[in-house]
Amino acid sequence: MERVHYTQNINITPELLARIEELCSHYPADKRKSALLPVLHEVQDAHDNWLSIELQDKVAEIMGIKPIEVYEVVTFYTMYNTKPIGKFMFEFCQTSPCCLNGVENLMDYTCEKLGVNVGETTPDGLFTVKGVECLGACGYAPMMQLGDFYQEHLTKEKVDQLIDDCKAGKITLHDKG
Amino acid sequence: MSRKILLDKINVPGIKSYEVYRANGGYASVEKALKTLTPDEVVEEVKTSGLRGRGGAGFPAGMKWSFIDKKSGKPRHLVCNADESEPGTFKDRFLMEYIPHLLIEGMITSSYALGANLSYIYIRGEYMWVFKILEKAINEARAAGWLGKNILGTGYDLDLYVHCGAGAYICGEETALIESLEGKRGNPRIKPPFPAVSGLWANPTVVNNVETIAAVPWIVNNGGAEYAKIGIGRSTGTKLISASGHIKNPGVYEIELGLSVDEFMNSDEYLGGMSSDRPLKAFVPGGSSVPILPANLIFKTANGEDRLMTYESLSDGGFATGSMLGSGGFIVYNDTACIVRNTWNFSRFYHHESCGQCSPCREGTGWLEKVLHRIETGYGREEDIDLLWSIQAKIEGNTICPLGDAAAWPVAAAIRHFRDEFEYHVRFPEKIKNRDHFVEEPFEKVKHLVGKATV
Repeated sequence: MERVHYTQNINITPELLARIEELCSHYPADKRKSALLPVLHEVQDAHDNWLSIELQDKVAEIMGIKPIEVYEVVTFYTMYNTKPIGKFMFEFCQTSPCCLNGVENLMDYTCEKLGVNVGETTPDGLFTVKGVECLGACGYAPMMQLGDFYQEHLTKEKVDQLIDDCKAGKITLHDKG
Repeated sequence: MSRKILLDKINVPGIKSYEVYRANGGYASVEKALKTLTPDEVVEEVKTSGLRGRGGAGFPAGMKWSFIDKKSGKPRHLVCNADESEPGTFKDRFLMEYIPHLLIEGMITSSYALGANLSYIYIRGEYMWVFKILEKAINEARAAGWLGKNILGTGYDLDLYVHCGAGAYICGEETALIESLEGKRGNPRIKPPFPAVSGLWANPTVVNNVETIAAVPWIVNNGGAEYAKIGIGRSTGTKLISASGHIKNPGVYEIELGLSVDEFMNSDEYLGGMSSDRPLKAFVPGGSSVPILPANLIFKTANGEDRLMTYESLSDGGFATGSMLGSGGFIVYNDTACIVRNTWNFSRFYHHESCGQCSPCREGTGWLEKVLHRIETGYGREEDIDLLWSIQAKIEGNTICPLGDAAAWPVAAAIRHFRDEFEYHVRFPEKIKNRDHFVEEPFEKVKHLVGKATV
């Protein structure tokens, strides 16, 4: 099987660096590594929602830890992406209460509409459809996560609207508040 | 009408903001504790209240607090477990999203009781917008003088931060959470030592659920004895129940422990009964990890008594005829739900979420998922049901943390109570493949899942 090495432009801005330092300040000075998960979220958000090996190395350098310490964290947690994904990732919760309310049908519908299978990205790089485990919104099922936000009580009509809104650039993915 | 302790102010307009929360009596427990009570007296109040951990295990909170090592001279920490990830459970998010200062008030009062000067709220990464709400609320509390140095001029210092995870159910286990908070993979630690002796950065640490900590302000304000008057027996106080599935009114409810399951299920004040005219088939009372119960054991215990929403009544008779209150994740199924499919769904979850540290869990959860998948998709063999039983029995009790038990119990309970449904799947595979029995309509067109059964 061919190994694909994904390349990425690394853009650690002064603002991002300041945010990283602020996050590190939440822990004792000799426990800087504790900030790794929140730091990776910030860095990923600033880099099209994925983390290349080179970017992980950069994070290790900034944090003052070994690259392997970043790799083992990135590969353990599901919210870090190690290859490019669509600009809009539809993460459908596929656990029992959402299934009882028809999420599987909605996933099929979304995939058909976008012309992809679960786990794939549309050729234009706009959408990725993914099935994820429980998102803690069981009473508001079926639902999905889009960026930092939950889209609950989903219907086919709501999915249609979301796709249209994404294409029209009306969706906010991250609230930097 | 049930008494409300956690959600009594939830409908006050603007209660999310510091000003409104404070104007409605917020932070009174901090004032009372820091100015009039010693830390040990706060611990005693919590002990007297009988408050049990609301994350699922139900261990008495005051007793847990009293285990913290005060003699080591090391810094102590309080960590709030907001990593809510158990399927069926979404109560903590509700509290944090709509009344964040209640949790922060509880964190300050509880940290004072434990002698902690640096505390954290560990929230699951998916709740990013709630993370922002909490961060804002913490900043408001800090600006108002409830956090920082010399709080209220009492000499007590506390820093409080919110820390986000990144998608791992296992981080809800307290030692895995601590590992994650240290910036590592969420692999559970072998206990002992328990966190109360060696927790965050090897310092004495208490890890409590959001709901547990949110109950502390009321206990301090009103006294532990008053809290103990609410509820029944050793199930004192109120409990948040998050309800989902085939019911009319899904959502988060605060109930007094001791309410009957019948009233909770069928009265308009709560779930309002089934969402359609289909009959009730089964329910899971405490999140996906606890055993599922069939309709005939839901409202009455094996002894014929009314089943109550308490730790004791829900577990009446052990797992043969009972279940657990757990996290309060209440999932209801009507007769169109496929128990085999539901069990496979849960098994997939536990396989996905196993950290992989222990062989019985790492290998066993995957094995359970595979066997369940082939039965569910009409490729099962007669001996597969006994095989499932054998696998789950080898996982239970044989892992470092309770995830192994959580993966095993739903399978055991499903076979125990619904074996005929598993047998139907195995004996009539063509009917299963055609999806004409035990399968509700939404499952009919599941193209991306059907036909992938492998051994």
